[in-house]
Amino acid sequence: MTSPLQLALLLLALGFSRGLQHHYPDQADQVDGEAELELVAEPSKFGSLWPLPQKVKLSAVSLKLTGVSFQIADAKGSSAGSGCSLLQDAYRRYYEYVFGGAKRQQQPGKGRRAAGPAVLTELQVWITSPDPECDGYPGVASDESYELTVDQPYAVLKAPKVWGALHGLETFSQLVYEDEYGVKSINSTTISDFPRFAHRGILLDSARHFLPIKVILANLETMAMNKLNVFHWHITDDQSFPYLSRTFPQLSQQGAYHPYTHVYTPADVKMVVEFGRLRGIRVIPEFDTPGHTQSWGKGQTDLLTPCYSGSKPSGSFGPVNPILNTTYDFMSQFFKEISTVFPDAYVHLGGDEVDFSCWKSNPDIQTFMDQQGFGKDFSKLESFYIQKLLNIVATTQKGYMIWQEVFDNGVQLKPDAVVHVWIGGGANDEMGKVTAAGYTTILSAPWYLDYISYAQDWQKYYKVEPADPQDFKGTEEQKKLVIGGEACLWGEYVDATNLTPRLWPRASAVAERLWSAADVTDINDTFNRLSVHRCRMVARGIPAQPLFSSYCPREYKGV
Amino acid sequence: MYSLEGVWPLPQIFTSSIERYPLNPQAFYFGYGRQSAAQFGCSVLDAAFIRYYSLIFPDYTGNGVLRFLEDKPFHIEINVDHDDCESYPHEDSSEKYNLSVSAGKASLNAETVWGAVRGLETFSQLVYQDDFGSYFVNQTEIDDFPRFPFRGILLDTSRHFIPVHAILKTLDAMAYSKFNVFHWHIVDDPSFPYQSQTFPDLSRKGAFHPMTHIYTQSDVRRVISHARLRGIRVLPEFDSPGHTKSWGKGQSDLLTPCYSGSTPSGAFGPVNPALPSTYQFMATLLKEVSSVFPDSYIHLGGDEVNFSCWKSNPDVRAFMQKMGFGVDFTKLEAFYMENIVNITTFLNKTAIVWQDVFDYHELIPKDTVLHIWKGSPANYRKELSRMTKAGMRVLLAAPWYINHISYGQDWRNYYTVQPLNFSGTAEQKKLVIGGEVCMWGEYVDATNLTPRLWPRASAAAERLWSDEKQTSSVDKAFPRLQDFRCKLVRRGIRAEPLYVGHCKHEYQGV
Repeated sequence: MTSPLQLALLLLALGFSRGLQHHYPDQADQVDGEAELELVAEPSKFGSLWPLPQKVKLSAVSLKLTGVSFQIADAKGSSAGSGCSLLQDAYRRYYEYVFGGAKRQQQPGKGRRAAGPAVLTELQVWITSPDPECDGYPGVASDESYELTVDQPYAVLKAPKVWGALHGLETFSQLVYEDEYGVKSINSTTISDFPRFAHRGILLDSARHFLPIKVILANLETMAMNKLNVFHWHITDDQSFPYLSRTFPQLSQQGAYHPYTHVYTPADVKMVVEFGRLRGIRVIPEFDTPGHTQSWGKGQTDLLTPCYSGSKPSGSFGPVNPILNTTYDFMSQFFKEISTVFPDAYVHLGGDEVDFSCWKSNPDIQTFMDQQGFGKDFSKLESFYIQKLLNIVATTQKGYMIWQEVFDNGVQLKPDAVVHVWIGGGANDEMGKVTAAGYTTILSAPWYLDYISYAQDWQKYYKVEPADPQDFKGTEEQKKLVIGGEACLWGEYVDATNLTPRLWPRASAVAERLWSAADVTDINDTFNRLSVHRCRMVARGIPAQPLFSSYCPREYKGV
Repeated sequence: MYSLEGVWPLPQIFTSSIERYPLNPQAFYFGYGRQSAAQFGCSVLDAAFIRYYSLIFPDYTGNGVLRFLEDKPFHIEINVDHDDCESYPHEDSSEKYNLSVSAGKASLNAETVWGAVRGLETFSQLVYQDDFGSYFVNQTEIDDFPRFPFRGILLDTSRHFIPVHAILKTLDAMAYSKFNVFHWHIVDDPSFPYQSQTFPDLSRKGAFHPMTHIYTQSDVRRVISHARLRGIRVLPEFDSPGHTKSWGKGQSDLLTPCYSGSTPSGAFGPVNPALPSTYQFMATLLKEVSSVFPDSYIHLGGDEVNFSCWKSNPDVRAFMQKMGFGVDFTKLEAFYMENIVNITTFLNKTAIVWQDVFDYHELIPKDTVLHIWKGSPANYRKELSRMTKAGMRVLLAAPWYINHISYGQDWRNYYTVQPLNFSGTAEQKKLVIGGEVCMWGEYVDATNLTPRLWPRASAAAERLWSDEKQTSSVDKAFPRLQDFRCKLVRRGIRAEPLYVGHCKHEYQGV
């Protein structure tokens, strides 16, 4: 098939040149850069679709759309009507993305133009199942599939639930292009699409640096452009506790970088959750314990373990103190609040990187260890704590996610627990072990996006093994237990100043790996689509950084 | 909360005391001393007063909402020796200044307005706010001057087009770190965004887009004028004979046609050095560039010339024979560069070239500046020795290729560079005119330029301005640079964090 979008893409075309080796210092660390794939952007036969849908049939027949005559509307048979504000908001959003927000009034007397032979006047959105889930929250089992048919006289987007419709609207907007006269066009197309994995996430860390709400919302918006559906909010850590708890307000009062300017109020959290919901994005909060909790100790006395230097407390504190009943009383109340504030069925409980040295130094802990018969095995103490915590959280009717160490230490998990694999080197083996034990798992190890390097590292996230979550030895049943992955942007070196360009379009590479079929691996085609996709994000106001020397028709307007 | 070390880059000589004076935005006055050669009407300083008023009082909205108990006026009095208000900063411009802050008064003395602008920047960094938002400045005495006269930033507007407003914002941030040269690598292989009056086809055909991705003459004037007001020189680079693919689109017969066997392959190589028309074209273009850019220096590039296309072309080979170059293509390249340098000499401009030119042509005019960009510290130290021994002036960029990013605090590497740590006499060391931070554009455009540049470039800024002995500790620099970074964020510069922590006023954009 010849490429039907060629003409249009010449316009969107990116003036790529060969990978010129200008001014590479002859240093050893540049060797990688020079071995880099040299890519030249050419129009892809799949246009700028990102992530690539499961089944696409594009034809050469092109239809025009204008902001005056085009509309997005509910199909007659749809189970969602104008009361479904989730969809109505999405219609408006995508209308503005397609037409640049330039809504012109129809001139009186002119009426809507009759559908000419080559004009598309309507996208009908048809929710097919009896319950569209308009007012629901997305979940791990949500149906995200959709079918899109673009044809005369109107296009039809069919989806069982609103979640699929949201993705279909994004896909529709990606099919629209400008011809050489600046006229919006779309080719006759049939798409049938669904995600390969149910859990496609981004982790943002608001503890090492505070992230203003505006930045979080902008990134949720961008996640939707990439069909990502989980915002993993690593909200607290050693450095700060910005979550304003109703039950324990002193936690942020004492533990945030600033008690008023660097906190997330209940209203903020509500706003993030709702903004996510409207885009089909789950918000999973992480309250990591017993390690990574230095900031908790500032507002909650006796929560952390006092470290000893010889026979005296040294004044510093270690992980959460696992031997006090008060610890568990606190956790019960705290997670009871969390379970009501965050509607998602899951909460992430952390459990990673617990440093035993403080526990070891503390005589009370030693006594407790002896009483429990743990000997000198502090991982047993850690498991003891986690086990109690998991039981507490289970009573709040929430499922939980935990970092892989919790599984490694042999803690008894609920069958629906999700084990989060993050340790690089052997991540595949770990996925094999976790699934062999019958647990659900997600992968992050190859996707630590805070680790930056020169040149096109997105290719590594996209392709280089083991970037495929199911790339391990195991049965089909085991593979099914892999429900997805997350790109993690830890915050040591990231705040509002650099977060967005650092995340996008690098996270887009992960997004396609998690959505599209496993055999979508053609790096050249990927480069072509991703180049245009990144320019689309820029045109939508997101400072997504470039892949290589080139330009976008509409450059970023900020600084 | 107050420390003189809050000034970045660190001044050369300073003392301060804990005695502090309140500043009231409604009773704060800039003025010219009676003896000052510059008086009201001085474009550079009048504009600087307006700029620095807002930088000194970031919270002040002008509607009188803020009330202060102290209503004592504070005068800052500027005295400059020369009325160079309407001139451009140049290589020999003095940037030294003396700043003395006492009760109700500060005196800022400088030889030139450029020195006064540096002093105002320092003063703005001395002012701080207490927990209630009141402004203070401590008693202070500063004598300051730059260690190197050339402290540059290179932006590459060819690999990605950088909109003018992003360039202007970069100039603002440069002034905050006391940089004084904007090296504008304006054209290269991928695109030719400079709109030439004489050869409009160059950008019409060679830019990414002929309307939206170009710098018009008025854009260029705006950049130069914005830079001038901040004491920043604009050094244009028109790199040839390599790195010129985009030039060929709008200027036929300029580039060398490459051959495949006995027929042209359709591809083009470097500028064609065998044709007289090439030199006529270059002379005309450089004449225009010389008049558009007021700086007395022009960067001619001359790096990374690939000989394979020249080798393939029979006309070029014939020319080599005629000139007696044999098969030594470096002679051909030297011949070309010599002609180009002569053109600029004729235009009363001094040339800067990348170090490659010296490697194949050691007899270039002595006033040419060599720009060192290659190699490890061991390598560039050797080059510094060799080139200064030959009596050439040099400019160091090799350790500051800031487009090369890596995880963690790489600013420490930029900070610990020792530009004069090479074997050579004191005379040789004087030939190092300064350094430059290069932000090549393969992976950089307006979306990520600012956070990649700042505050990493500020580390180099202190190395180039301050005394090396006083600024030898990276660990001491760390908290100062953290504070300075928050200051940049407060001023609307999207400067990225050095490590975990927070700024009182976080960046509010996305």
